[in-house]
Amino acid sequence: MTIQFNDETFRDDYSFHNSERAIKRFPFPFDKDSYMYAVNMEQHRGGPADSVYEKRFDVDEHYVSEMRDRAQVLADDPLRCQSLPHMTLAGWDVLELIMTCKAEDYPDLFELHRDGDRWRWINKPLGIDDTFTFLDETTLPYGPMEYITRQTQGDFAVLDQRDDNLWMDAGMVTTQADWSLDFDIGMNFFEWHAPVPLAHEKGIFVRALKFLLNIQQGAPARRLNWTMTVNPLLDTSPENYHKWGIQKTTLTPQNIGAKQHLRVELQTFFRLPRSNGLVFPIRCYLCAFQDLMTVPKWGRRLHRVIRDLPEELATYKGFIDNRPMMLDYLSQFDDGLPTSNGIWPDLETEPPLQK
Amino acid sequence: MSKFEFPASIKSRPVYGTLEARPGKHHLMIADAEGAEAIMDIATPDLMAKTHIIFISRGTDYGDKLRALNPAIFYEGPSYAASVPRIQRVLQDAHMGLQVYLTGTEGLMGQAMREAVDAGIPHTAIQTEHRGSVARRMQCVHCKGITEDVETDPFVCAHCGLNLFVRDHYSRRLAAYQGVCIDAEDPGNVPEPKGIYE
Amino acid sequence: MSGAEKIHVRVTEKTPLNALVTRFRFEPVDGGLLPTFSGGAHTVVEMKDGDITRLNPYSLMSDPYDQDAYTISVRRDDEGRGGSLFLHNQVDVGDELTISYPVNLFSLDLRAKKHLMIAGGIGITPFLSQIKQLDRAHGNWELHYACRSEALGSYVDYLTTTHPNDVNVYYDDQDQVIDLENLLDGQPLGTHIYVCGPKGMIDWVRGKAADLGWPREAVHYEEFLAPQPGKPFEVKLAISNKVVQVGEQESLLEAIERAGVDAPYLCRGGACGMCETRVIDYAGNFIHRDHWLEDDEHASGEKIMPCVSRFEGKTLVLDR
Repeated sequence: MTIQFNDETFRDDYSFHNSERAIKRFPFPFDKDSYMYAVNMEQHRGGPADSVYEKRFDVDEHYVSEMRDRAQVLADDPLRCQSLPHMTLAGWDVLELIMTCKAEDYPDLFELHRDGDRWRWINKPLGIDDTFTFLDETTLPYGPMEYITRQTQGDFAVLDQRDDNLWMDAGMVTTQADWSLDFDIGMNFFEWHAPVPLAHEKGIFVRALKFLLNIQQGAPARRLNWTMTVNPLLDTSPENYHKWGIQKTTLTPQNIGAKQHLRVELQTFFRLPRSNGLVFPIRCYLCAFQDLMTVPKWGRRLHRVIRDLPEELATYKGFIDNRPMMLDYLSQFDDGLPTSNGIWPDLETEPPLQK
Repeated sequence: MSKFEFPASIKSRPVYGTLEARPGKHHLMIADAEGAEAIMDIATPDLMAKTHIIFISRGTDYGDKLRALNPAIFYEGPSYAASVPRIQRVLQDAHMGLQVYLTGTEGLMGQAMREAVDAGIPHTAIQTEHRGSVARRMQCVHCKGITEDVETDPFVCAHCGLNLFVRDHYSRRLAAYQGVCIDAEDPGNVPEPKGIYE
Repeated sequence: MSGAEKIHVRVTEKTPLNALVTRFRFEPVDGGLLPTFSGGAHTVVEMKDGDITRLNPYSLMSDPYDQDAYTISVRRDDEGRGGSLFLHNQVDVGDELTISYPVNLFSLDLRAKKHLMIAGGIGITPFLSQIKQLDRAHGNWELHYACRSEALGSYVDYLTTTHPNDVNVYYDDQDQVIDLENLLDGQPLGTHIYVCGPKGMIDWVRGKAADLGWPREAVHYEEFLAPQPGKPFEVKLAISNKVVQVGEQESLLEAIERAGVDAPYLCRGGACGMCETRVIDYAGNFIHRDHWLEDDEHASGEKIMPCVSRFEGKTLVLDR
C-alpha cells in the first residue's frame, strides 16, 4: 500500500493530524476497561494487515515530518543521541537490523544492496542514496546508530547485556515520555526505571528483566505503554520541560477534544546478533481525544480507564491536574454498555454510542 | 556526629556502606572532611603499609591524624578538583586487584567513583561510606550545569537561574542528582526552600 | 514453543582432529545465509537417536561474521549418555540436522581494556570465535591454553601460527602449568578474565582471582554441564496430570518432553535459568547440578533445573 506522507509539524502551530486510516490503526493500549502495570509482553511476529504490528518497523504517514522534527531536536541539543564507546558494534547491529527489515518489508520505499562489506542504502521518502563500508564508521556521516535512527521513527535505547542485567549504554531519544537519555545513559535496568511508582513493589521489573535477558535472535517481543500529552508534541523531554510544561495548563472544556492526545508507545525488543546487546525501539503514536472518540469502543473504555486509574499513576504520567476535565469530556462518550476484549476497534461488532 | 541515616529511596539512589579492609596488595583511599574518621576506623599498620591516601580536608583538621596512621603514601589536597590529575595518574598505573575505598561527602565519592570506573573497576567493587555533609551535587536537566553542595529543595540553578526541585534520581556517570524546574506549569509559584531531608 | 528459533542444516564436513575431537561443518539446507552471532555463542544440536531426542549445546567456533557455515568441535565422551558418541559415530557428511539459533551465555565484555582468556581442553572452542571477533575489532587479548598432550591439543598449531605472540600453550603430560598467580597479578585495570574448561579449572581461576582482589564482574566463565546418567525415578507433572518415568540415560527435561509436555529451555546445560521449575511436593533427595540456582534455593526443595539435575526418592511433583 502506498503511503501518502503528511507535511505537518509537532511544535509551534502543531499542524500534525491523523488521517482516518491512521486513526483506525492507532495502537489503542487498553485491552480491558481498567489498567495496571503488567509484564504484558508478546512475540513481535506480525499482526493484522495494515496494523502497527504488521511490519517489524512500522512506517506511517508521519514518517517524513517526524524525521524533520528529529533533525531539529538534534540540532538544538546533540546530547539527545549518545553512544558509549563500547557500543559501536551494537550500533552496526541496529543499522543492519533496520536496513534489512525495511528493505524487505517496504521494497517500494527502501532498498539495500550488499556486495560483501560494500553496502548501498536507498531511502526514497527522505531522498537518501548512500554507499558505505559495513563496520567502517569513517564511511558514514554519523555513527551507525545515529545514521539509521535519523531515518527511523521512534526512540531507540540500545542496551548492553552483562552481569545478568541490561545497561542503557546508547540511544537516540527525541520523542520521549519525559526521561533524559543524557541523564540515564550508563544506568542498569532497575536504575533507569527507578522513578516509576508502584511497579518495583509489584516485582514487575524483576520479571520484565528476566524476560528481556532471554530474548533470542530471531524472536523479538513487544508491548504497549502509554501516557498523555497536551498538543501533539513529540519532544516532551525533561530538558525542555520548562518550556512545554506550561502547555498543560492551556486545556479548556472547549479545546480538550482537539488538544488532549493519548500518547502510546509501541515498545519492541530485538536481540542484536553481533554484540549480544538488545535494541529497544520505542515508537510514539499520538491521537487526539476527539479522533479516538470516533471509535465507540475506545470512547467507552478510555473513560473507564482514566476514571479508575490509581492517583500515583495519574501523577506519574503527569495529568492528575487535568483528570477532572478529561473525565467531563470523556463521560459524554460512555453509555455504560459493555466492551469487547482486546485492543482492536471492532467497528463492525461494537454498537454505536447510545446517547 | 558524622554519620547520617538516609531514608529509604528509589533504586537509582546510591546506597553507601561501611568500609571494611579487603584482601589485596594495593589500596587506594580517597576521602574528604569527616570521611577521615571512616579510614581511621579500619586502619591497621598492615593495611596502611599498602595504602595510598588522598585527602581533601574542606577546613577540617583530620590531616594530621591520617598522616599519623603512616600510610605508604599520603597526600592532602586543597580541593577535589586539584586532586583529580593525581587520582587519574594513580589509576593509570594500577593493576587489577587494587582496592578502592571512598568516604566522605556524596560529591566526593561520586566523582572519585567515576574516575575509578572509567579506569576499569566495576562500580560494585568500589567501597563507599558516607560521612559528613548530606549536601548534594545536582545537575540541572535543562542547562546541564552542575551546582555543588546543594542543601535545600528547591534551589536555584547556579548556571541558568531556574528554580529546580531535587530528585532522588542519580546518575553515576554524571556523579549528580537530577534537578528539574519546579514552576514550569505555574511560573513564579516556588515553595519555600527547606532542607533536603526535612 | 520452547528453546530458540530453529535452523535446518546439512553436515558438509566431518574432520577428525585427534583421537577425541571431531569438527563438524554445518550449512543451511535452504542455501540461504545463517544468522551472524557474537563470540562465545553456542547452538543446541538436535539428535534423533532411535526413540530418544537429544539436544546438546556446542560452542560455535567459526568466524561470527561468516554466514555461509557454522562449525563446532565435539569431544567424544565414552562415559556420557551418548550425545557426543552419536555425533561421532552416527552423523556423516550429507546428513541433515536441526540446530538452534545462536545463544550467547559467555559473551565478551566489550568495555574491557584487555581480554585474558584461559582455556582447558575442549574449552578452547568459544575462544576461537571470540578471537575472530576481537581480531576484526583490533581488540587486546591473550590466551593461555592447557591441554593434556601435544597429540590432544586441538587447534594449537592454528593458534600458535596465526597469533604467535598472544597464545601460550601448556601440556599436562610435560608438567607445564599456568602460573596463575603471576599471570593475574599485574594485569592492567580494566582487564577481564574468561575461563572455559573443566570445573576444577574454573574453580581454580575464580578462587585465585578472588584471593587477589579481582571484582566478580571481571571474571567470566562457562562450563556446559552434560546431563549425567543416574538412577531411574518417577515424576508427577501436576498441570498436565501425567506421571513420567525418568530413565537412567535421560535427563528429567528429556523425560518431560518425551511425555509430550512443552517445557521452556535454552542452554540445556544448567546455566541460563530458562527451565527453572517449581517443586510442588517431594519426599527424597535432589541431586542439583546446575549453576543457576543459589545454594539456599538448592536447599529449599522448592526449585529444580530439570536439564541437568535429578532426584532420588519416592515422590516428586512438579509444576508442569
